[in-house]
Amino acid sequence: MVDTSSVDLSRLQFAITALYHFLFVPLTLGLSILIAIMESVYVMTKKSIWKDMTKFWGILFGINFAMGVATGVPLEFQFGTNWAYYAHYVGDIFGSLLAIEGLMAFFLEATFIGLFFFGWNRLTKIQHLCVTWLMALGTNFSALWILIANAWMQNPTGAEFNPDTMRMELSSFYEVFFNPVAQSKFVHTVSAGYVIGAMFVLSISAFYLLKGRHSEFAKRSMVVAASFGLASALSVVVLGDESGYTLTEHQKMKLAVIEGIWETSPAPAPLTLIGWPDQGEQKTYYELKIPWILGLIATRSFDQPVYGIKDLVYHAKTHIQDGIKAYEDLQAFKKDPSSLNRAKVQETSKYLGYGLLLKRYIEDVSQATEEMIDKAAWNTVPRVFPMFWAFHVMVALGIYFIFLFLYAFYLASRDQLHQNKWFLRISLYSLPLPWIAAELGWFVAEYGRQPWTIEGVLPTFLSASGTNSGSVLTTLIIFILFYTSLAVIDLKLLIKYIRLGPVQALSSGKEEEVAS
Amino acid sequence: MIFLDYETLRLLWWAILGILLIGFVILDGFDLGMAIFLPFLGRTDEERRIMINSVGPVWEGNQVWLILGAGASFAAWPFVYAVSFSGLYPAMFMALFGLVLRPVGFKFRSKMPNPSWRRFWDTIIFLGGFVPSLIFGVAFGNLFLGFPFYFDETLRVYYTGSFFELLTPFALICGILSILMMLLQASTYGALKTRMVLQNRFQTSGQWIVISLIILFTGAGVYLYHKIPGYLLSEPWASEAPSNPLHKNVLRAEEGWFLNYTKVPWTLSFPIGTYLFLFMTFFLLRLKQFGFAFFMSSLSITGILSTAGASLFPFLLVSSIHPSQSLTVWDASSSKMTLFIMLIATLFFLPLIIAYTAWVYRILKGPVTQKTLEDEHTNAY
Repeated sequence: MVDTSSVDLSRLQFAITALYHFLFVPLTLGLSILIAIMESVYVMTKKSIWKDMTKFWGILFGINFAMGVATGVPLEFQFGTNWAYYAHYVGDIFGSLLAIEGLMAFFLEATFIGLFFFGWNRLTKIQHLCVTWLMALGTNFSALWILIANAWMQNPTGAEFNPDTMRMELSSFYEVFFNPVAQSKFVHTVSAGYVIGAMFVLSISAFYLLKGRHSEFAKRSMVVAASFGLASALSVVVLGDESGYTLTEHQKMKLAVIEGIWETSPAPAPLTLIGWPDQGEQKTYYELKIPWILGLIATRSFDQPVYGIKDLVYHAKTHIQDGIKAYEDLQAFKKDPSSLNRAKVQETSKYLGYGLLLKRYIEDVSQATEEMIDKAAWNTVPRVFPMFWAFHVMVALGIYFIFLFLYAFYLASRDQLHQNKWFLRISLYSLPLPWIAAELGWFVAEYGRQPWTIEGVLPTFLSASGTNSGSVLTTLIIFILFYTSLAVIDLKLLIKYIRLGPVQALSSGKEEEVAS
Repeated sequence: MIFLDYETLRLLWWAILGILLIGFVILDGFDLGMAIFLPFLGRTDEERRIMINSVGPVWEGNQVWLILGAGASFAAWPFVYAVSFSGLYPAMFMALFGLVLRPVGFKFRSKMPNPSWRRFWDTIIFLGGFVPSLIFGVAFGNLFLGFPFYFDETLRVYYTGSFFELLTPFALICGILSILMMLLQASTYGALKTRMVLQNRFQTSGQWIVISLIILFTGAGVYLYHKIPGYLLSEPWASEAPSNPLHKNVLRAEEGWFLNYTKVPWTLSFPIGTYLFLFMTFFLLRLKQFGFAFFMSSLSITGILSTAGASLFPFLLVSSIHPSQSLTVWDASSSKMTLFIMLIATLFFLPLIIAYTAWVYRILKGPVTQKTLEDEHTNAY
């Protein structure tokens, strides 16, 4: 059996390292495009202030890019070190998506970032602009492939179980690539990154305007940030990835959980604005509902229901019974690999994953009792309270960003950005908010995926390596210490460059060197 | 649609994995080597900055060769990825922390002028080069010795060894060999990219490293021949069967790691070529033909890794406790369709990557000197 404390520690380690990585990546996603836009304006207008903007925001981009790359490698390694059975079970699909990400995206961004910094005097303006856009493109391609991979974990299409190799194997690359969950995820996540990039530029520019420094530089930066931020904030909310939440059983579960819906309500379902979900009582107290809205958003129809948790648990129970059958067929195939038994496995293996859920309670799944099946079915419900609140706070923040950028856009279009002190202050203090929203979004998507690593296919507790928990605890502690000190240094450097400001950061490097 | 047979696809993916490994050692090798050299060849802060900036614009791209190498083994050889990464848990994390520290060190070091801040990061950068290089070599050496792992019937892997068991004499020789390979790349690259006193130091150190490499490469071979019995995949094996490492037989064989050279004599050109390229590197360094020297040292790297690959074939990971459960080219790959699609992607992207990487190096051509640091004062590390 699997050492469950090692599984939990591995989960914690992955969560911490992924959330940490996700502090830097969305910023580089957004900032790379913003920088490319600024440089485009420079090439078109030939005004040197736009070049300075490109370079200054580029310095801040560079610090974060290095952190993004450095903290990304541990994630790739952990699929092997801590999740070896996962790597074996779905490497055929998941691994190939990661490898394509490397081929198509990592090389592009990492090769051209060097030239972005060191190419100013070696390239023509147009060449350098191309380099910048290629770098931005690479960053965004990277998001595309990792989200296709992640979407496959949420909705594993285009793959089949092979009993000879005891793993999932690719059956249609087309289906994996055009996974509808991937499309909504990509748009949503990339837009979130753009909001973070825009907020970063907006807030720091607001800081300069409040201090009365670099006002030409800051105003222009704010105009770009306001318009880009408004478009992105609208896209995050309007094209939120809720549309992907009706596709599969567990995506439906996630939807029910984030809305705190216990009973299926008649279509079109109402949206829960606020409430207090209680898992023990299987109820959500103090609900404030808006009729129809959820049904319209989630199902894009008037007549389809949004299933409640209790009904979905009932579905899970029948799937688990099918899963036991699949497990028995697989055992029969192992004893006698005849073509008849193989055909049976192929027919039933769709629900094999549900059968594996029982491995938590009993080694031989075919001996499972009614009580175990019941327990396993209720175990497919993620914890409602944190999911509900994470989701609702994220949505509230998303709506706030729309208003903030809308107002910034309004002020920018009337050239009043520098006059409105309280707005500048609000912009400055809003700096951490999009990060909070993004991390909550990650939490909803990934914590909400539990108890699965691959929905309906592989439970989390079976995915882990056999590594002993002592080793995992050790690396976890090192990560925490190491990442905390890196974060402190990174913040210190960012603050140093922000304080220096564009004029000094771009010109006084030399004097500083002499002084040292 | 899939117009290549499974056997050919597997062979091609074995070759691609080798190419990625070679690409990593050739390109990221000089970054790692430069990091190791940093406290020794750079005597002043200015010299150290020149060393770092000689790789400054390119290290990020170079490191992707390693990331892709790991990604490709995940995609094409999931068994290998699962067994090696989980089995070598502590070693992998040591390498990993080193790999994270090095870029961070490059980036952070120059951002504060304080000398003790810089000395601190110099040590970190050194470790960031030294530790991963050593561990990769030690792990590679253990490929010849085998790892203590086995599978259950659901193909879950169990690894029974510990970190310290990896540190056998042969593996340590390979670890040092690996460090020397990185230093060789750093020497020829450094000699090409720097001028004056630093260039002279790279030139001298490079020659010493070639000599040590020749001695150690020979020594490792002799040790392997006399002390370490190899493994042999017993016939017949199924090269077209679904990937399941439980259906074959593997025997131990005296001098087993040298059998391929008698079976396929042209593979002897790998070790012979290695010596030739190493000698050429030595003389080209002497003649101050640094561009050609870098080319030759890269070929030497290719020779050394091809020699090792040819002798290990068809084994990917040997199990020392259940040799018949070893992973080979024939039973540890992804499905046929995945190998095919990944091959198409690789054939499309890899030439493109090589082309734009070459273009970037051409744009960045020319030495890195004190003047470069002044011209690039906003960007220089």
